[in-house]
Formats: sequence, C-alpha cells, structure tokens
Amino acid sequence: MDSVFAAIAQGPEDPILGVTVAYNKDPSPIKLNLGVGAYRTEEGKPLVLNVVRKAEQLLVNDPSRVKEYLPILGFAEFNKLTAKLILGDDSPAIQENRVATAQCLSGTGSLRVGAEFLAKHYHQRTIYIPQPTWGNHLKVFTMAGLSVKTYRYYDPTTRGLHFQGLLEDLGAAPAGSIVLLHACAHNPTGVDPTVEQWEQIRQLIRSKGSLPFFDSAYQGFASGSLDADAQSVRMFVADGGECFIAQSYAKNMGLYGERVGALSIVCKAADVASRVESQLKLVIRPMYSNPPIHGASIAATILKNSDMYNEWKIELKAMAERIISMRKQLFDALSARGTPGDWSHIIKQIGMFTFTGLNSDQVAFMTKEYHIYMTSDGRISMAGLSSKTVPHLADAIHAAVTGSC
Amino acid sequence: MAIRRAMSGGLMGRTAVLGERSMSSWWRSVEPAPKDPILGVTEAFLADPNPDKVNVGVGAYRDDNGKPVVLECVREAERRIAGYLNMEYLPMGGSVKMVEETLKLAYGENSELIKDRRIAAVQALSGTGACRLFADFQKRFRPDSQIYIPVPTWANHHNIWRDAQVPQKTYHYYHPESRGLDFATMMDDIKNAPNGSFFLLHACAHNPTGVDPTEEQWREISHQFKVKGHFAFFDMAYQGFASGDPEKDAKSIRIFLEDGHYIGIAQSYAKNMGLYGQRVGCLSVLCKDEKQAVAVKSQLQQLARPTYSNPPLHGALIVSTILGDPDLKKLWLKEVKVMADRIIGMRTALRGNLEKLGSPLSWQHITNQIGMFCYSGLTPEQVDRLTNEFHIYMTRNGRISMAGVTTGNVEYLANAIHEVTKSA
Repeated sequence: MDSVFAAIAQGPEDPILGVTVAYNKDPSPIKLNLGVGAYRTEEGKPLVLNVVRKAEQLLVNDPSRVKEYLPILGFAEFNKLTAKLILGDDSPAIQENRVATAQCLSGTGSLRVGAEFLAKHYHQRTIYIPQPTWGNHLKVFTMAGLSVKTYRYYDPTTRGLHFQGLLEDLGAAPAGSIVLLHACAHNPTGVDPTVEQWEQIRQLIRSKGSLPFFDSAYQGFASGSLDADAQSVRMFVADGGECFIAQSYAKNMGLYGERVGALSIVCKAADVASRVESQLKLVIRPMYSNPPIHGASIAATILKNSDMYNEWKIELKAMAERIISMRKQLFDALSARGTPGDWSHIIKQIGMFTFTGLNSDQVAFMTKEYHIYMTSDGRISMAGLSSKTVPHLADAIHAAVTGSC
Repeated sequence: MAIRRAMSGGLMGRTAVLGERSMSSWWRSVEPAPKDPILGVTEAFLADPNPDKVNVGVGAYRDDNGKPVVLECVREAERRIAGYLNMEYLPMGGSVKMVEETLKLAYGENSELIKDRRIAAVQALSGTGACRLFADFQKRFRPDSQIYIPVPTWANHHNIWRDAQVPQKTYHYYHPESRGLDFATMMDDIKNAPNGSFFLLHACAHNPTGVDPTEEQWREISHQFKVKGHFAFFDMAYQGFASGDPEKDAKSIRIFLEDGHYIGIAQSYAKNMGLYGQRVGCLSVLCKDEKQAVAVKSQLQQLARPTYSNPPLHGALIVSTILGDPDLKKLWLKEVKVMADRIIGMRTALRGNLEKLGSPLSWQHITNQIGMFCYSGLTPEQVDRLTNEFHIYMTRNGRISMAGVTTGNVEYLANAIHEVTKSA
C-alpha cells in the first residue's frame, strides 16, 4: 500500500524565512543575518522589551489567571485598545461603534482573515498590491481566493516612490477594487508617500469607491512616534469612509513568536459593524476556532496601564532611533569608501528595511564571499545591523558594486 | 485641514468631501451570522443572571467546584519559562521539540516510525488548526478527494472541510435507538465508499456522542480500510481524557499503525493539558520514508505561511517543558488521570441520580459512553426547556459536557432532566 501523498514534491523554501535557515547553516564567525525583519540590539541579540517582561511577570504571578478559550474574536479589551492605537483615542469611528475588531495571529493572520471575509462578502474579487511588496502578501490573498493585480509603487531609477505610476494604475483599476496600502514603513522598500501624496491617494481611492486595506506592521517603528505612523490610516478614517486594517505587535512590541495582531473593519454604521463582526466569526471558527491568549494578554496589560504604555513608547522610540542611526552609519561608511552610486536612499527610506538596489547576482556574491544574508531582492533589515558590523556590510556592498559580478 | 472642516459640517460635509462616493456601506447586505452552536451556548450562559445556572455546553474541564483548572505541571512550566527566553519567531513548522514529544504520545514512546523519520509533522493551532491544515493539504494535493465524516460529529468539522473546499460525505456512526455505535451500517458505508476514500475518525472519546468502537471493532475497521485502500485521518482531541491513560486512548491509532496504514493525525493539548486558549496542537502525516516526509512537511509549511506564518510560541514552550522533564511529565499524567476519573465519577453519579428519581427511561448510556461528553438523547425541545426553565445550558443536540457536572449540581441536573423527560 503506497502513501496517497507519494507523488508530492518538495516545496520551495520560503524566500524570507529561508534566508534565516541558510544563515543558521553557515559556520562562518563573521556571518551577518540581514534577512528577516526581527529587531536586534547593538550586540546583535534579540530583544524582549523590559515592559514586556514586566507584563509577563504580572501575568505569571497572578493565580487567578486561567487559560480558557478566548472568544472567537479574541480578547475584547485587547481589541478595543488595539483599535484605539491605530485610530486614535478619540476616534469618532470607535465612539460611534463603527469598528469591528478581531484579534488575529499577528499581521499574517489579520490579512488572511480579512481576505477570506472579502472573498466571501465583497462584490469585487481583485486586490491591488504595490510593486514590490512583502512576499507573503501574494500567497495570503491568493490562498483566500482573491485574484491579485499590482500597481506601480517603487521607482528603481529614483529609489523612491513612483507616484505618477501609482496614481495611473489605481486610477485605471475598476471602481470598487480592493487596494492594499502599507500604512507606514513600506516593506521591502522603506519608501512611504508624503502626507500630501497620501491625501491625493485618499481622494483617488474614495472617488473610485475602492476599498483600502491597510497593512500596519510597523506603527511606532518608522518615525518613533505611534501617532505619526498612524497618520495615513487616520486620514482615511476621518473622511467617514470604510477600510480594513491589519495590525501587528510583532515588531513594535517585540512579540514576534506570540503572534499578536488584529483585523479592524471600519464600517459606515454601527449595525453594519455588528453584522460584520458576526460574519468574521464564521471565517475564524473553521480556521483555528479562537486566537492564542498569551501574547494578547501581554499587549493588553501594557496598553491599559498608563505607566507601562509610556515605558513602551520610550523603548519603541529607542529601537526606531537605533535603526535611524544605523542608516546614517551605513550611508557614511559607503560615502567614506567612495562606493560608486547615490546611496542617499539609505537615509531617505524609512522603517526596518532598506531596498539597497543591489541585484540578485550582487546579493549572491555578498552571501558567498562575505557571509551576508539578505533576501535576493536586495532588501536588508537595518535592525540586524550594529555599529560593529556596518563596516563589514559596507565592504561587501563596495566589493559587490565595484567587482566584476 | 480641509478634512476636519468638512467633518465638522456634519453629514452634508462628508458628502462634499467624498464626492461621487456612494453613501451606503459596502457591507449593507451582510447578514447577521447565526451564533456558533457550541461557543454561543457559553455566551448565553454568561449573560444569564440566575444563581442556579449550570453550563454543560462547551467541552472545557471544570473541577468539582465548577472552576476552570490550570494544571500544576503547567503552572510550574510557566514559572520556569517566564523571564528568560526571547520571543523570536518559531519556524513555520513550529517548535521541533514540542512536535517530537507530541509524536511520541500518538505513535508510541519508542516508535520505529519516529526513529526512521517517516512522519511529516508540524505544530498547529490546536485541533481546529491541525484539521484545517490537513483539509487545505488534502485540497491542494488530492483535489479530487472527498472527506467522509461520521454522523454526528463535532459541528466545526463540517465548517473546516467546507472552507477548505473539500466536498463532504457522511458515514453512519451513532445508533440513536441503542445510544451506541451503529457498527454494521458503519462497516457497510466503509465498504461502499469508493476505494481510496478519505475518512475522518475520532481516535477516542467521540465528540459529541462519547461512543467509541471496541478494540475488536477497531481491528475490523482497520482491516476493511486496508481492503479498500482508504485513508484514515484521526482527530485525537482527548488523549488521556477517555480512560485516564494516554497509551490506552491511542489504541485505535496503534492498531492502524500495526496494520501498516499511512495515516494522518490531528492532536490537541487544549483539554488534556488544559491549554485551551494557548492553541497548541500538532498535525502529522505518516509517509513511506524520510524523503517523502521531508517533502510533505515542506508543503504543510507552505500552507501555514499564508495562514499565520508561524505558530504561537508560549503554549509550545509549556508543552515541551513538561514533556521534556520526566518529573513534570509524571505529574501531568497523574493530573490527567484525576480529571478523567472525576468525569467517570460524575457519569456514575448522574446515572445513579436519574435512576433514583425513578426515570422511566434507560440511562445506561451515561456510563457506557466515554470521554468528556454524554449524548443524552434529549430532544432540542427538551434542551430548550432545560435552558428556559432550569437555566441549564447545553448544545441543542442534547450533548452534555460531563466536565461541567459537579457534586454540587449533579442532583439539580438530574432533577431537571427527569422533569423534562418523565412524560417522554
């Protein structure tokens, strides 16, 4: 009797998570992991925020805590605080009960649940995603049953926003299309629209009756300010229109492996939000029944305690500032080496990643000769750099750019 | 800013800003969803102010005071892990350590299959997540297949395979007249299904009926599966909870393994380790050899990535801490037995009370059935009466969660059941 799955071929490595797999296999003492976007300290170590440790201790020492199932939509207190975080404490949408929020498994889970809901209930089956975007976006939306088209976003010649192309492509999309927008710190490019550009995007999307779907994975990480990084989303909500928002606490609270996030659907009316909420449950129940409790409990503990909240803001700002400092150091190091080309995009781009502009051959060269690991699109995680390792990276980039590869 | 001025102009201001934008919601035609038949029961229970209310709805264990329980071994594991580990992403396939220990429970401590690395296994989001991941895998790699589901089954099984877009068929299982197993018809259904069909089997403590095949019957089922070349997918959510002995509760699986089947298993730690809200489980698929197992595992990971990227850390750490420490593991086994024994005790008490009240019906099935649930045989109307008149909450299929029965409420429960059935 042979297995029914005998003919299955090996699946390809995930392009992003596969980088870490390869990095782990490398025995070189000078290896550098600039692949996955997980924050590292100056010492190159993962970081658990002090305030997170505090919250954890409070939870562990509380004998009244149980591990019962959360409701399908998750931890209610967490949901309220999370919606407030992105929409603002005094958001009319929240006050008017127009926001349906479900705790989900980090950003990925929030996107997937939102996409499944859209595939079931929305009249349009196409989502427009920026070119380029996080590699997993395509898989998530496709798996949920949406078809995916792209809109121009990154301009390789300027290493900035292809604003004209963006407006043209979103303008040409059929009315009512779903549009994926990175709320801040675009992944992988680090290129964000300006406030004025966001306003134009908003007007275009609203005039076409398109549905914005925000992916907010870096709130607080981009500029260091939670409110500033939420501005794009708040602009859209302020005009009274509807939108989807996927939030993640993986990076900004360092809760990566605990899978903490939320999907919020901002609706035009409270009764609509209530019905939408009930339908979200039907999407979630056959996927995993209810979300994991631990990470959301930590996040809620922090968000609802004003001292801890302030502590968090300070630690978050410190992480953002270290990254900004790494950008400056790398830029200075390349300038000092006289590396050919304009590298100012390193300090213009924002958030965890820099889209270096290096091609896949150059990337392969840097991995082989310098043991530097990054995704083949030339994206480097600035969070993985330290003052000590910047010179090594600068040497590698210099060699890749000037070499005969 | 222009937006703020328009906003303060009220509704008309909004229209001006939005221009051609339609005024109504995109979701105006979204219907309110029906409440989940199981989880909706607890919602209703919580909303009831009556002091005598009893929740025998959802299958979450309660101690004899009706309180949720966090196992001692879990508290100790949490103390050990809090404060020093980082929270980095697990790999897509989850915690390797946790998965290894979990396979031992299902396949046997010294299983050759584990040693030969023939099992493709990934950490999953409890039992639901494991079933869904398998259903997605089945859809992708055996797109022409269907799933045969027992009647009745846990309601969410239907939702899972439906959302994975795998067509469903049913097979006979429960025999209402005897409140036991409809073995003959079940075997007919197995024989009549096309060769190579996929079957969902409850490894032990069938949910909702509590009716399990005997060992002999399992052997016959396994034999017939071999004849037909069927695929057996086991949902094992109650290992340890049925008899108190995890090895005994895995017997059905071990029989199939002895007979050489390539099976799939969904395992959950929600009940047997009380880790409900942590969402910890495992999906495993037994393959012909290591190479195939590597391929299958890689494909399972490909399905996990667009669903949640990688599974949650905390629950997995608890499991691997407990199972990786012989003393903690021993403590866990003891605590599982205590929970199972309490439930068995409540079965005896409930049946005894009903018989003492002089009920005209037979309540033998209460002690014949096994695991967390008792399929009482109550009709939906009788269940409604229990809820409306006696504030007793259970699912309308008459399923009683014995874990919610205590020495404090068993008499009240028996009285109420007697009241609504005495003229039946």
